[in-house]
Amino acid sequence: MKEFLKKDGTRSLIASILCILGGIFVGFVVLLLLAIFTKDIPIGQAFQGLGIVLSGPFSSGRNAMFQLGNMLFNTTPLIFTGLSVAIAFKTGLFNIGAPGQYLMGAMAALIVSLSIPSSVVPPAIIWILALLAGALAGALWGAIPGMFKAFLNLNEVIVCIMSNWIAANVVSWVFADSKFINYAETKVNFIVKTETNNIATPTLGLDSLFSGGSVKSYVDISIFIAIFVAIVMYIIMNKTTFGYELQACGFNKNASKYAGMNEKRNIILSMAIAGALAASGAALWALNGHQDFKWETYLTLPADGFNGISAALLASNNPIGVIFSALFLKFINVGGSNLAANTAFNEYVSQLIIAMIVYFSGFARYIISVMKIKGVEKVR
Amino acid sequence: MVFILQKTLIFTIPLLIVALAGVFAERSGIINIALDGIMIFGAFFGAVMALFLRTNVPFFVSHPQLLFLTCMLFAALAGAAFSYLLSISAIKFNANQTIGGTALNLLAPALSLFLIKVFTSKDQLEMGTAVDLAGERRDFSYVISNGNLPGFLRVFFDKAYISTFVCIGLFIVLSIFLYKTKTGLRLRACGENPQAADSVGINVYKMRYLGTTISGALAGLGGYTYIATVANGTASGAVAGMGFLALAIMIFGNWNPLGIALGALMFGFLKCLSVVYIQVEFLAKLPLPMYFYNIIPYLAVLIVLAFSAGKSRAPKAEGIPYDKGQR
Repeated sequence: MKEFLKKDGTRSLIASILCILGGIFVGFVVLLLLAIFTKDIPIGQAFQGLGIVLSGPFSSGRNAMFQLGNMLFNTTPLIFTGLSVAIAFKTGLFNIGAPGQYLMGAMAALIVSLSIPSSVVPPAIIWILALLAGALAGALWGAIPGMFKAFLNLNEVIVCIMSNWIAANVVSWVFADSKFINYAETKVNFIVKTETNNIATPTLGLDSLFSGGSVKSYVDISIFIAIFVAIVMYIIMNKTTFGYELQACGFNKNASKYAGMNEKRNIILSMAIAGALAASGAALWALNGHQDFKWETYLTLPADGFNGISAALLASNNPIGVIFSALFLKFINVGGSNLAANTAFNEYVSQLIIAMIVYFSGFARYIISVMKIKGVEKVR
Repeated sequence: MVFILQKTLIFTIPLLIVALAGVFAERSGIINIALDGIMIFGAFFGAVMALFLRTNVPFFVSHPQLLFLTCMLFAALAGAAFSYLLSISAIKFNANQTIGGTALNLLAPALSLFLIKVFTSKDQLEMGTAVDLAGERRDFSYVISNGNLPGFLRVFFDKAYISTFVCIGLFIVLSIFLYKTKTGLRLRACGENPQAADSVGINVYKMRYLGTTISGALAGLGGYTYIATVANGTASGAVAGMGFLALAIMIFGNWNPLGIALGALMFGFLKCLSVVYIQVEFLAKLPLPMYFYNIIPYLAVLIVLAFSAGKSRAPKAEGIPYDKGQR
């Protein structure tokens, strides 16, 4: 048991759990303070509210299976953006450009899947082509900040932020007045669903399993693809020379250069992979077939892009950990969305809790170092 | 022409003051990526105070400019308080400053939207909904009108806001403070070589708290200025990424006030172009959509940064937690 507690992995897991508890505690305190100081809100609602947030989809009672299915579907893009941020972090880069890469991926996948008629080419092939197109678009978009960093030594955070807003406008520009807008259903703010071209990710009956009565949820096999990719990324990062080079580059750029690694290539490749990952998440979301993509993206950036940062930080940038942290984040998000129906509170509580969890995760190193000091004392 | 310059000034002012906020934090050695979040929080608190004071203190109803100034002060205080979350984690607990800043950027919209929605059931807070008999929304805008002035003077004194003069004044005073006073020099020393600063008796922790607090106050004030002028008096848990733009302008301006003033002016002009291009005859005739003009400022920053990359000189110790024992 003592040996188990001394492992680095165990320590960072304990630190993560402490961060989560801290975040939940702060969220609860906010609810409690509000209930105490506001006449209209009974104090009991603070406890009830916390319970609803923490039970996620299960707080909706009979609708639980339906909400669970949609939660699994919505987790896919978050796992991908989380992986995107985590891989870049391992190379010492802060990929805050995931929202832009996400948008470029969605755009490319939608264009390919709607442009090739399924009467000519089998839908399965179009599906694969669209996914690849999305990943490629994201890789290219992600490589731009990588190149700025590698060749000009320009801070990737700034370039990523600029590239986000450029992407947001490019996507709107490309789709504006195009044939892809959903005029048929008079939903002019949205792009045509890919199912109209017979393109939809297989569900293997999952959507019927996770349904509310006769209404099917959106869940499809993309969640398994996400888990598979996470495992592959774990193997690449931890068991291959290439992954080792990327990590070495993250630890010390100059030392890795001295050891004969091409650090410029590694920076660009790492950002390209990160971009491809974020974009694949968006592509899989779009290729679900039943989703409405709002094409006027220039005013707000997709939330899943930024939440990828939370997912990665909470998982200490471990690709396998990202699966669980993404599931957890979406779980309390669904719980938050059930709040307004039953209490005076609203869905922003879950974002508040997530923000505090990220804040505390900054202390992870401090917590781990305290644990180490305690451990040493016991040995003595 | 005067119209474009007026608009440019309105966009420039928040960028100018928030970019200076970034300078104060980074010159003391703390990376403040949370500028955007602090702006959002300052804007939210300022808007709440504006509504509260106007409904409860009759004096402010008859003195709108004083109300504006008071709310700016409250926004600055809120920003300073909020930035303590960052400085405590970064200075006391040696936490990763990028993570702390990111958390604040997530926290500010979540907290403000949560409270706005609990109390108003809406997703945004409007400082003034009343439209007066002339059809103008006077309550929140506090516009100073001097239509009779000759050309050039109208840029500054017609359709102007009192925040413009306050921010320019603060910018000048604080720039002098940073470069010409003992405390300013000490603060900059902590961002360059904290060990050396410590060896001559400067309290590095104290200086970094000072830098981050000034940074928070300025960003909060800038956030309120932004929603009161550019965003038509609406606090909606977002400032359209202005905090991040200010960060880019700070790097573009090489962490010094003159460069920042230039960068903010350039960016303010390009940003205002995307709003006013439709009113400029020869631009409106071009077959380019709004999205093109939206992209220009961001692209311009990238291009300029690419060309000035080699000359960039960031404070040496920024982002590194201060460790007394380190050489």
